[in-house]
Amino acid sequence: MITLEHYLLLAAALFSIGLFGAVAKKNAVAVLMGIELMLNSVNINLVAFNRFLMPSQLVGHVFAVFVIVVAAAEVAIGLAIVISIYRDKFSTEVDNLDWLKW
Amino acid sequence: MIENAWLIPLFPLIAYVLIIFLTKKSKGISVGIALAAMIASLIVSIGVLVETLQKGITMEAPYQVAVKWLNLSPVENITGLQIDMGILIDPLSAVMMFVVTSIATLVIIYSIGYMHGDPGFSRYFAYMSFFAFSMLLLVIANNFFEMFIGWELVGLCSYLLIGFWFEKPSAAAAANKAFITNRWGDFGFMLGIILLFINFGTFNFTELSQIVQQGAGISAATLTLITLLIFAGPLAKSAQFPLHVWLPDAMEGPTPVSSILHAATMVAAGVYLLARGFVLFQGSPETMLVIAYIGGITAFFAATIALVQRDIKRILAFSTLSQLGYMVMAIGVGSITAGMFHLTTHAFFKCMLFLGAGSVIHAIHDQDIFNMGGLSKKMPITTWTFVIGALSLAGIFPLAGFWSKDEILLVTHEAGFTGLYWLATLVAGMTAFYMFRLIFVAFFGEKRSDHHAHESSPVMTGPLIVLAVFAVFAGWAMVKMGYGQMVYFGHPHQAEINMGIALISSAIALFGIVLAWLIYYKKVIDTDVWAQKLRPIYALLWNKYYIDEIYQWLFDHVMLGLGWLFNQNDRKVVDGVADGFGDTIRHTGGLLRFIQTGSLQNYALVIFGAVIIIVLLMATPVLGGVIK
Repeated sequence: MITLEHYLLLAAALFSIGLFGAVAKKNAVAVLMGIELMLNSVNINLVAFNRFLMPSQLVGHVFAVFVIVVAAAEVAIGLAIVISIYRDKFSTEVDNLDWLKW
Repeated sequence: MIENAWLIPLFPLIAYVLIIFLTKKSKGISVGIALAAMIASLIVSIGVLVETLQKGITMEAPYQVAVKWLNLSPVENITGLQIDMGILIDPLSAVMMFVVTSIATLVIIYSIGYMHGDPGFSRYFAYMSFFAFSMLLLVIANNFFEMFIGWELVGLCSYLLIGFWFEKPSAAAAANKAFITNRWGDFGFMLGIILLFINFGTFNFTELSQIVQQGAGISAATLTLITLLIFAGPLAKSAQFPLHVWLPDAMEGPTPVSSILHAATMVAAGVYLLARGFVLFQGSPETMLVIAYIGGITAFFAATIALVQRDIKRILAFSTLSQLGYMVMAIGVGSITAGMFHLTTHAFFKCMLFLGAGSVIHAIHDQDIFNMGGLSKKMPITTWTFVIGALSLAGIFPLAGFWSKDEILLVTHEAGFTGLYWLATLVAGMTAFYMFRLIFVAFFGEKRSDHHAHESSPVMTGPLIVLAVFAVFAGWAMVKMGYGQMVYFGHPHQAEINMGIALISSAIALFGIVLAWLIYYKKVIDTDVWAQKLRPIYALLWNKYYIDEIYQWLFDHVMLGLGWLFNQNDRKVVDGVADGFGDTIRHTGGLLRFIQTGSLQNYALVIFGAVIIIVLLMATPVLGGVIK
């Protein structure tokens, strides 16, 4: 029997992997992918809570759909920025993106 | 005529504006405008004077018209401010306006000859017109504020005219000296009238005199403070010790300027102010005492300096100082009649003496009297008018100076200032001596240098002759016309001659003349030998008691020292605090900037850590969390 705790553990594991990817990867595309993972772990949380705590309502599903839409938009812009930076610097290394530094 | 008195200052103002803005290019038209305006003013002021006498306008019941100029109504507990522009016609201002306009007219006529060929010809007449306007505004004013405006304009005009030949460094310096010295006095005067308004709520002379006479309602100390501050104005403008230093230097301007400045427009303003505000001064016996002694000291002090000077204009300048001391002293002992009487007669003969000196300088282009000599044959009109002026100044019966000087000695004696009386009598003797020293050295005796003296043109000698007539008859005429019943304060003063005082002063004056004749004409003693013997005294007098040097020293050490101190304070303390703030913040920022790595992922980690901490704080009851 799969309970709420299983879903939450899965979501926590996914979030941690995503956080690690976002914070530690050098490649900007990989960072974006990490962020996507974190967003999706949140989606799992939302849907799971909805299913187990108040199955008669669809609030969690609706939120999950919102998050997916926002994530799609974010990735679109994020990739556009990455391409733009690549054209400028011929690199997508995040360490090189330090133009705001002193 | 009297209701048109406001035209008197207006004419010269119009002339000034016209000359400066329109006719500057044409010398002939400029002179014509200046002269026409001055004559128009003279005619109106004669009309006003006659009507004042006929209609019986007295000092107590003056003719007064005013328009509101500035009116700030009171707001809650802040007092309002009302300033009028008005005219006040009483015998005092009527006589004064006649003196100013008549002398200005004569000086302008004379200047046509004297300034002939000067590049600044039109500018000169514009300034002269403006000078006359300023003085007339000051005289006709019916309140202290309006008077102050005229007062400042007179100071400005004197600056412009003393520095008329501004390309000469000495003239520019003299103009600055006059202006800066006068600022000291003006500052005191301004503080005085501000205090006056705070205490009495009005600038108007008539209202002030009513308030003061009914019992001021302010403490005697306040009144003394106010009057002493106001007296700082005349102290500078009428060149009283110790602010007299500008007047002897003021001769750097063209000689007709010195003439009008010494006679009618500039230095007379101070004495006129003392007479106009007499009711205030009289309210404070301490101030009166200060005024009387300052006057007496100036009279004596300036006369001693005049004994040894060699420059013809400088001798006359110190003589003016000395005579102004007389006037101030007369007002200080409580008689504006005597002070204003002497101001009037002195204006005529001192104007004439300066114009005479100008005539000599114009002829031989030298100002040292020991380079002149023997001018009497070449320049008879100049010489004899000069002698008349000197006799009048020395106070020889029955010339104008005799009557007014005698009046001053009389009031000083009657007021019980015996010390000042003897000092003034001694000064009368010294005056006669130095004037006749000048005459015997410059006009008589043998020619001392190779000069080609010639009599000046009629346009210059004409005013001299007119003024000579005044210098002879003005005193006697004014005594006969009852000057004492016209210009007075409190109760009319009957001018009479006290035989004792008249005889003593005449005898001393004659003694002075004879002494000068013996020493400088007959040469019974050798002056150079005596100058050697009395070396320290001679040097002291020749250097004018080193007052200029003292001021220079004070400026160099005290003023510049203070300036250095303030400079250091500003740079080190004030700037230090401001810079200190800036430096501290910049330094802190310099250290803090190292926490900005510029790495995107570092920032993300910090944000994540912060979210974790906030969640823990909010969610954990042990740490003060809110969610139960």
